[in-house]
Amino acid sequence: MNGAEVANSATRKGSEHPDAPLAIHDLTVAYHRRPVLWDVDLVLPKGKLIGIVGPNGAGKSTLIKAVLDLTPRASGRVQFYGKSYREQRHRVGYVPQRESVDWDFPVTVQDVVTMGRYRQIGWFRRVSKAHRQAAYTALERVGMADFADRQISQLSGGQQQRVFLARALAQEAEIYFMDEPFAGVDASTEKAIVTILQGLRASGSTVLVVHHDLQTVPQYFDHVVMLNMRVVAHGPTEEVFTEENLVKTYGGRLTLFDEAVRAVTQHRAKK
Amino acid sequence: MWDFLSQILQSLQLHHYNTRVVVSGVTVFGATAGVIGAFMLLRKRSLTGDALSHATLPGVCLAFMLSVQLGGTGKSLPVLLSGAMISGLSGLGVMLFLRHWTRLREDSILGIVLSVFFGLGVVLQGMAVNMKQGQAAGLSSFIYGRTASMLAADAWLIVVGALVASLICALLFKELTLLCFDQDFAGAQGWPVLFLDSLLMFLVAVVTVIGLQAVGLVLVVAMLITPAAAARFWTDRLAWMVWGSALIGAASGLVGALASAMVPRLPAGAVIVLIASAMFAISLVFGAKRGLIVRLLQRRHLHTSTSSQHILRALFELREHGDEAVPLESLVQKRSWTPRAVRHALARAVRAGYVRQAGDLWCLTEAGGVQAHRVVRNHRLWEIYLVSHADVATSRVDREADRIEHVLGEVMVARLEKKLGNELDGQRMPPSPHVINGHHP
Repeated sequence: MNGAEVANSATRKGSEHPDAPLAIHDLTVAYHRRPVLWDVDLVLPKGKLIGIVGPNGAGKSTLIKAVLDLTPRASGRVQFYGKSYREQRHRVGYVPQRESVDWDFPVTVQDVVTMGRYRQIGWFRRVSKAHRQAAYTALERVGMADFADRQISQLSGGQQQRVFLARALAQEAEIYFMDEPFAGVDASTEKAIVTILQGLRASGSTVLVVHHDLQTVPQYFDHVVMLNMRVVAHGPTEEVFTEENLVKTYGGRLTLFDEAVRAVTQHRAKK
Repeated sequence: MWDFLSQILQSLQLHHYNTRVVVSGVTVFGATAGVIGAFMLLRKRSLTGDALSHATLPGVCLAFMLSVQLGGTGKSLPVLLSGAMISGLSGLGVMLFLRHWTRLREDSILGIVLSVFFGLGVVLQGMAVNMKQGQAAGLSSFIYGRTASMLAADAWLIVVGALVASLICALLFKELTLLCFDQDFAGAQGWPVLFLDSLLMFLVAVVTVIGLQAVGLVLVVAMLITPAAAARFWTDRLAWMVWGSALIGAASGLVGALASAMVPRLPAGAVIVLIASAMFAISLVFGAKRGLIVRLLQRRHLHTSTSSQHILRALFELREHGDEAVPLESLVQKRSWTPRAVRHALARAVRAGYVRQAGDLWCLTEAGGVQAHRVVRNHRLWEIYLVSHADVATSRVDREADRIEHVLGEVMVARLEKKLGNELDGQRMPPSPHVINGHHP
């Protein structure tokens, strides 16, 4: 082992960002040799709403999955509050894409939300009344308490998304990862979700959201991560969400681009 | 004739020790297959189960050859089933390996494993038959089952396997449910997804192996899939589905084993599977939650409620233009419906007390007026919503909802009403956003 390697392994063990909810160093992910994420470096601030934007196939979902150990990493290091994910799982909440599950599954809304408590309940144990109550409270927060006993196949898209959000709330985490929570939901659900996200921020939580609608980015998010295989830019939305960075992220996809530029200029004009 | 009847009676009373052994063994197997099968079905691994059961054959044959080489007769069931287990699990291992390390699609992987292992098994079976020692003829019975020759020790083997599998399922009910519903969420929470998945497939392998004698490796997967699929028609709750599936599996085993005990030369395995299939067919038609009849009734209900809403709306809209009482023809002209359909709808509305007939004319009663007002208001608000929120509306529109507020919320409804701004009869009643048939302004 030469000197450089020793120094390297020393920083590897220690943590440069013990307070950051999430610090990613040199993360690379590849599917069958085709890279999806390349040398991603990110340190996220605490207590912010952070949007991840980027074109289709930019690796937005993959970033979340790699960070949560759901997808193998080719290289890189991920730390939550200065420690590994394994040690900090109880502080992390997750909302997967709505389409990733079978909504015909024979469970009720209450059952799904209670799954957010399974980690706390632990192996073999039955679900206690206290945990059911916690799940019900989460359902109330997303305005779905009336639906607790419904079978999940009877829900609309927006309602499904609220149920998934309630399940994450039931996890009582400090940092949340949400994969396209606004995809295919109606206007009132979108508003309700935004309100809940702002409530989470107010209570000191950090929320990372994969987002598609560029127009609402300045309105919803304090910080933004602009991703296209690598991190094009990240930082406070005011500074980073600019025409120049949008061109770098989206390239020549002009229709999208025009829309976003309009959003940016409108937002600036309001200020 | 009398002999035959008394023979049946004897079978039913389980007088014969042999019948008792076979019937209880097969029933316990059926129940276990039902329980494990429910999870396998929900995990969408039915075909994996099929490949796994076919992959047991080479193991059975190798175990036979090995035990003969070592001086045994090759008839010991525990030895043969251990071989089956090992080769079934190897089949699973190969599937996992191919899934992880190649880009082959799942169906190709299943096809490859199933055919390669089964083919190998058939070749080994041929070689076993050519061996001088041992009685390899019995090996082929594992392919289609040999229920009748089940001994008490074999039945005990089934019971032990069944107890182990059911116990694991009961202990890990919550964990397996989470795995089947949302494996990413399970993984993010820190549950060992690969371990739970392998455990589930191990349980499938246990059921397959204890079912080899009862129904044979070709049909054993049917006992995993069919009872679970049948139970799904009766309930939307997982726990009930698992119990129902166990019950259907047990009943199929019981009835099938009895039938084959009564009628000589009836292949029990196939009969058991056929009975399970019959129960599936019954569930498909009569199932309380998703059976065809229930669905048909739901559709009929939708049809009648739609047409009664239509008649109320038609009468209300005619009244808005000053026609309190109208003849049948004006109602027929309102929509593209036949006079017969209108008469049916009117008759229903009269029975409900919403419509009154005066000579040849029809009009709304007081109760009908209130009801019609509600229907029309909902209808118009939905229409406005569809127009003004075209991007998201399709997922929300619920014309069956009694009050639009329940679906869209008071705020949204207030906003929709404001969009039209009009008031009618002192109550807020928006006019229709389109021209109403027959009344061009």
